[in-house]
Amino acid sequence: MRQDRLIFEHGRPGRRAAAQAPATAVQTGELPADMLRQQPPRLPEVSELQAVRHYTRLSQKNFSIDTQFYPLGSCTMKYNPRASNSLAMLPGFLQRHPWAPDGQSQGFLACVHELQGMLRDVTGLAAFSLTPMAGAQGEFAGVAMIRAYHRARGDGERTEILVPDAAHGTNPATAVMCGFSVRELPTDADGDVDMQALREALGPKTAGIMLTNPSTLGVFERRIREMADLVHEAGGLLYYDGANLNAILGKSRPGDMGFDVIHINLHKTFSTPHGGGGPGAGAIGAGERLQGFLPIPMAAREGSRYRWLTEDDRPQSIGRLSAFMGNAGVILRAYVYARMLGAEGMVRVAEFATLNANYLMSRLRAEGFQVWFPQRRASHEFIISLKRESRELGVGAMDFAKRLLDYGYHAPTAYFPLLVPECLLIEPTETETREELDGFIDAMVAIRQEARRDPELVQGAPHGLPVRRLDEVRAARDLDLCWAPDAAGAT
Amino acid sequence: MPFIPHTEDDIREMLAAIGVPDLDTLFDEIPAELRAGRLPPLPPALQEMDISRLMQERAARDQTGPCFIGAGAYQHHVPAAVWQLATRGEFYSAYTPYQAEASQGTLQLIYEYQSMMCGLMAMEVSNASLYDGASGLGEAMLMAVRANQKIRSGRILIADSLHPVYRQVAQTVVGNQGVTLESLPLDAASGVIDTDALPPIDDVVAVVIPQPNFFGRLEAVDRLTDWAHAAGALVIGVVNPLAMALLRPPGEWGERGADIACGDGQPLGVPLSSGGPYYGFLCCRRSMVRRMPGRIVGRTVDLDGNPGYTLTLQAREQHIRRSRATSNICTNQGLVVTASTIHMALLGAEGLRRVAARCHEQTRALVQTLCELPGVRPLHQGVCFHERALDLGQPAGPVLERLASRGVMGGYPLGQHDPAQANAVLVCATECITEADIRAYRDALADVLREAA
Repeated sequence: MRQDRLIFEHGRPGRRAAAQAPATAVQTGELPADMLRQQPPRLPEVSELQAVRHYTRLSQKNFSIDTQFYPLGSCTMKYNPRASNSLAMLPGFLQRHPWAPDGQSQGFLACVHELQGMLRDVTGLAAFSLTPMAGAQGEFAGVAMIRAYHRARGDGERTEILVPDAAHGTNPATAVMCGFSVRELPTDADGDVDMQALREALGPKTAGIMLTNPSTLGVFERRIREMADLVHEAGGLLYYDGANLNAILGKSRPGDMGFDVIHINLHKTFSTPHGGGGPGAGAIGAGERLQGFLPIPMAAREGSRYRWLTEDDRPQSIGRLSAFMGNAGVILRAYVYARMLGAEGMVRVAEFATLNANYLMSRLRAEGFQVWFPQRRASHEFIISLKRESRELGVGAMDFAKRLLDYGYHAPTAYFPLLVPECLLIEPTETETREELDGFIDAMVAIRQEARRDPELVQGAPHGLPVRRLDEVRAARDLDLCWAPDAAGAT
Repeated sequence: MPFIPHTEDDIREMLAAIGVPDLDTLFDEIPAELRAGRLPPLPPALQEMDISRLMQERAARDQTGPCFIGAGAYQHHVPAAVWQLATRGEFYSAYTPYQAEASQGTLQLIYEYQSMMCGLMAMEVSNASLYDGASGLGEAMLMAVRANQKIRSGRILIADSLHPVYRQVAQTVVGNQGVTLESLPLDAASGVIDTDALPPIDDVVAVVIPQPNFFGRLEAVDRLTDWAHAAGALVIGVVNPLAMALLRPPGEWGERGADIACGDGQPLGVPLSSGGPYYGFLCCRRSMVRRMPGRIVGRTVDLDGNPGYTLTLQAREQHIRRSRATSNICTNQGLVVTASTIHMALLGAEGLRRVAARCHEQTRALVQTLCELPGVRPLHQGVCFHERALDLGQPAGPVLERLASRGVMGGYPLGQHDPAQANAVLVCATECITEADIRAYRDALADVLREAA
């Protein structure tokens, strides 16, 4: 298999991409000698072609939506329209300084303001702020708003946030970052939150609850209104984690379910790219009670002019989450996508994401795979368990996941949610064709046959990728996090 | 149907395979009262051609000329190759590299990024990025609280010469965790911390030192670092990474070096783009790596003993440790880091040094030229990197507005944070600014000041 050297190892002393920096040598002007760096930093010394070739080759070692079906549950890996990218990168947008006066920012502000409005309408909340830079920062904003709300009412006794045991790890981590303690709620046999446990957990200490709906188990939380009433009666507030909004976009609105504050992952539902781990955007919306606490800045319209709302306009705000206004370029991409969908398109997102998921689930069940909630409809994703294959053949969820890579499919999410043994969480999204789904089903069936015939083949997968399974224990024990010229392996 | 490939035949056959009569039945678990009826009127769907025209018009409205604004975001030349490569679909549309075997491109790139950042900062360890410089400082503070096990007061001392918005954002991030931010006062005349008048400190977790500081001035980082260390405090350096190609990096401050280095990666290949996406970098001592937030990539071997890359030390992170994680961060700024890594590879140490030095020179020329005008003078004496505060002798806000209407983005009004500085503006000139741009600024400013007088 092809091994690519590190960019540093392509270099030679004195070589550089000469067109990319000022042609004249360095003059340090009035800078005193004791302030100057003595040893130059260890950076690559390569030509422009070497850099271009190296990073092009690295890119080819990735799976991506543009190259493979990527049914990664809970991540909404749908097509990222190319128009969103090229239009967000128009020179006028790229060159605009974040502190440029409002008069020089009307085009950008118009996009921000309109997107705030579209998100408000499609979710049923009262107002939106687009500043959070990822889902987890949106969660942080939402829970910080809940805290600020209770505090503003002089209610300092509410110290607990309730979180279902199937929730994303960011939920409990966020609650702690906002100064709360976490109380976990169990799930019942049908995949809904255990209502009895909820009733017992609620009380004068309850600040709020964090929920994903449809839940991380891939099913709709059917008693959400009843839950909302119980939480509100106890004096708590409801936070909606928008990780799974793609399943219900335009079909059901979190605001109507009783949620007080929500975040939307624009890099999921609004199809901005994941970029190999970001940037995302975690737009945050609030109902009447919480909207005063939204993070700043927000865009406002006055007559035909747009302007930023800041501390003076929003005295109750939880404050700023970024130096400027968040991931502006991501917001522009989401805006382009929303305008290309329009109202009709938004509803279709949920319909076809759900159609693809239910089709895939039905077909896999018909092929004899164990669907974890067979009595339930799938939302935009669903869970299968490979417990039986693991027990009988010694080939578990991770083995299936790795072997799928050899078949040219990115693996579904494995071993999450933690409640389900040997699980795969599968989210096909609405932008995949039926042929692609059929191909994936064929691969799953073929892998099971391989597992019966030659389990070691599957247990040792992948075989056709740039590397085989990696020694993660060694990675964490013998830390090698930074290249050093001579001693390979030294940090 | 934009981006949905289903034909009528597909829909019919797929519904039959599921065993439902229509699409709507797929939503029958949603209680009737929660089914959205008609949505409030949203704009109609646009074809790509139509949205293109709309966005081109809007972008053109915001098109500006030479930019003399800095204050945390800087206009630099970005090689064409940088974003052409970063927006290749294989980088652009990949997820976080959880499946290591299918993500070696991104993982090796992050390992290279970590190595470059360690080199630039002269530090031992770097993570794979945080959201931006300001929120990253908040994370750095929380990390310092975890790492400084001798001092549990939660008190963090911040040089008043730090960017005021950074302090505001850090306050939002750490405010609910028992951390208190206190001020290390600034010497108003010089625009830096006066190291001859440092107060005694005790029971402080960490000291935050910017370099260059908000006013573009250079702090006496060696003395500040040693002073903080002598009191048992950790040192968090907040630096412009481009400047570190030219100036002494945090790892070399004082006797022992800073403990944590952070800041915004924007000057390394990221366009201004209205403030984001940028990325926050975070470096630290090796001994502190398990206290670090965010993703980290390590080099290891595969089953055949060949080298490969994987996310490591994941037991710190929220998807494993949940409520006991070092941070809630999940998605970071991966694609921007991709661009920045390519940028650093193309510029190299010598290229970055030339860019940094040119910025310094151009800012000196700008300041000299503007100060030829009557009433305009530097607010502080002493050396700057690529920004300087100027006193215009009259309120800066209206002057900047008039300059903007003439196509000159003249700077950042300091009165925004300190009413006593209502006449002051922070100016910046990068390598993108030409002598002609500087003359045009001077001429426009001369007109505006004359009109006002």
